[in-house]
Amino acid sequence: MLGEGIIKGMTETARNFFGSYIDSDRLVTVQYPEQRLPLKENTRNFPFLVHDGDDPEKGLRCVACKICEKECPPQCIFIVLERDEKGKPQKHPKVFDLDISVCMSCQICVEVCPFDAIKMDTEFELSHDDRFRGLLLDKKQLAKPNHYYHKIHPVEAAEVDERLAAEKAKAEAKAKAAAAPKPAAGPAAATAGKPAAPRQPVPA
Amino acid sequence: MNATIELEATGKKSNFEILPKVTPAGEISGEFLEVSMGPHHPSTHGVFRMDVTLDGERVVKLKPVFGYLHRNHEKIAEGTAYLASMPYTDRLDYFCSMTNNWAYALAVEKLAGLQVPERAEYIRVITAELTRLQNHACLCGFLLQDMGALGTPLMYAFREREKILDLFEALSGSRMMCNYMRFGGCRVDLSPGWIEETKRVVENFPRFLDEFERLLSENEILIARTQGVGVLPAPLAINASITGPMLRASGVNYDLRKADKYGIYERFQFRVPLGDHGDVYDRYMVRVLEMRESLKILQAALRDIPPGPISDPKAKVRNFRPKAGEAYGRIEAPKGELGFYLISDGSPNPYRYRVRPPSLINLTILEDMCLGHIIPDVVVILGSVDIVLGEVDR
Ligand code: SF4
Ligand code: SF4
Repeated sequence: MLGEGIIKGMTETARNFFGSYIDSDRLVTVQYPEQRLPLKENTRNFPFLVHDGDDPEKGLRCVACKICEKECPPQCIFIVLERDEKGKPQKHPKVFDLDISVCMSCQICVEVCPFDAIKMDTEFELSHDDRFRGLLLDKKQLAKPNHYYHKIHPVEAAEVDERLAAEKAKAEAKAKAAAAPKPAAGPAAATAGKPAAPRQPVPA
Repeated sequence: MNATIELEATGKKSNFEILPKVTPAGEISGEFLEVSMGPHHPSTHGVFRMDVTLDGERVVKLKPVFGYLHRNHEKIAEGTAYLASMPYTDRLDYFCSMTNNWAYALAVEKLAGLQVPERAEYIRVITAELTRLQNHACLCGFLLQDMGALGTPLMYAFREREKILDLFEALSGSRMMCNYMRFGGCRVDLSPGWIEETKRVVENFPRFLDEFERLLSENEILIARTQGVGVLPAPLAINASITGPMLRASGVNYDLRKADKYGIYERFQFRVPLGDHGDVYDRYMVRVLEMRESLKILQAALRDIPPGPISDPKAKVRNFRPKAGEAYGRIEAPKGELGFYLISDGSPNPYRYRVRPPSLINLTILEDMCLGHIIPDVVVILGSVDIVLGEVDR
């Protein structure tokens, strides 16, 4: 019969319409911003800099090695190394700017950073009325404490902490071994100060 | 205006006889009208323009004009490290970032001789088939939207797609720009919870497909609008190197998952749905059936996935320099054969980087399918090609 298919289709629409009153599976929209869905564990948006302790200036893990600046595909990171009066590098960024209007949230900076200093944030309500300065984040805006990292990515953060603690313990043991006057201590001391191995994939 | 000359100019014979205004002597009364459809036409799926020459409402000539979304992808990739191009491949066909990642990773793995561990191969199959599900579901929604089924089917499709995108977000951190695969493996491992969740989505997907088919597959209007419209004969499709569901709708049994057996596809039992008319309806149905086959692959893969490492230990994140040589990696992306051709000269960035985009090549045959049809059919035919302009223009 002509029109049979149309009627069949209409019943399907009707089933969905009335079904949405009883079956929450059929009612999928959420009234954002009043209502929010929980974010996924791995959600990523823009990078931030992790700092240990409470001082965002001193506790910064970043040593301004500029690896992320070099590897970032759209080149949206800008770093200047801090130097003291004599021009000696301080293992600390003087300037760390990140243009989130250019950043494409690819997470490559996080993967290449050997010091676990840069991580992905989940904050997404970042609109700003100044499209140039407002979206160019500086070191102060980027620095966030480690407990914030634990809050947004608990599993990943716990693993990073574990790894860092293990590395620290290893480095200390090596330093101790190097301090003792032994002939074999030379190369061990040299490796102790080296950056850790690149970040391994973290299970979800 | 002399109609026969115009005919020769377009070089197409087909369908011209059915033009209503052609006299038996082959003359056309009245004048042709040239219309520029797009680049901001809602039916063109992005910024795409067609220069259509019309006789009344019938298409006499059609010229696709693309390039509005050109982003210099290949040249940028030649200037950056291999890994840095990975997030850019997400943005080619932004519906299917997982398969884009895979094709690129495959090419680099061939170039550098990396071995993908077993578990990573399973993860790749799972994510690629999920991508196929959501791409085809959306395509069917968009196609019906182009036909005037405003909203409803598309929203149903998007409801399902959202579930899959949620899975992608839980896995890779991003819904659409996954940037998930790496050379020699994947970036993060699946959690057991993720697998359970995926099993649930896969289990419920047939319900959606049944619903979708009840909603529209037998609809008389749909059948009238699609059957016999935009016919693409098999020889023409082969000569134009059409791939993917479009080729299979014309009845050519060619699926890279079977023909090339890349990854671990030879371990899975699935069939390749074929059409036999090559019209829009077949292209629609082939995609619906392909979704059902993808579900079979997914069920098997989710059941059999072994534990183990997910990345080749030889793969390096930094200072990655494959030895000099060339490689072509290709996969069956939801839209057709997606290939990456790379030449390495041993430096950290590729010497030549070339994408074979399925949408672009499938689009080149648009004129032949549209001749003699009316404008509303052109919209439907274009919809059935399944293009994403990010991939067409790159
Ligand atoms: S790679 Fe890490 S430590 Fe080096 S500059 Fe970037 S954030 Fe700082
Ligand atoms: S997420 Fe990607 S684009 Fe953004 S700063 Fe990091 S490397 Fe650059």
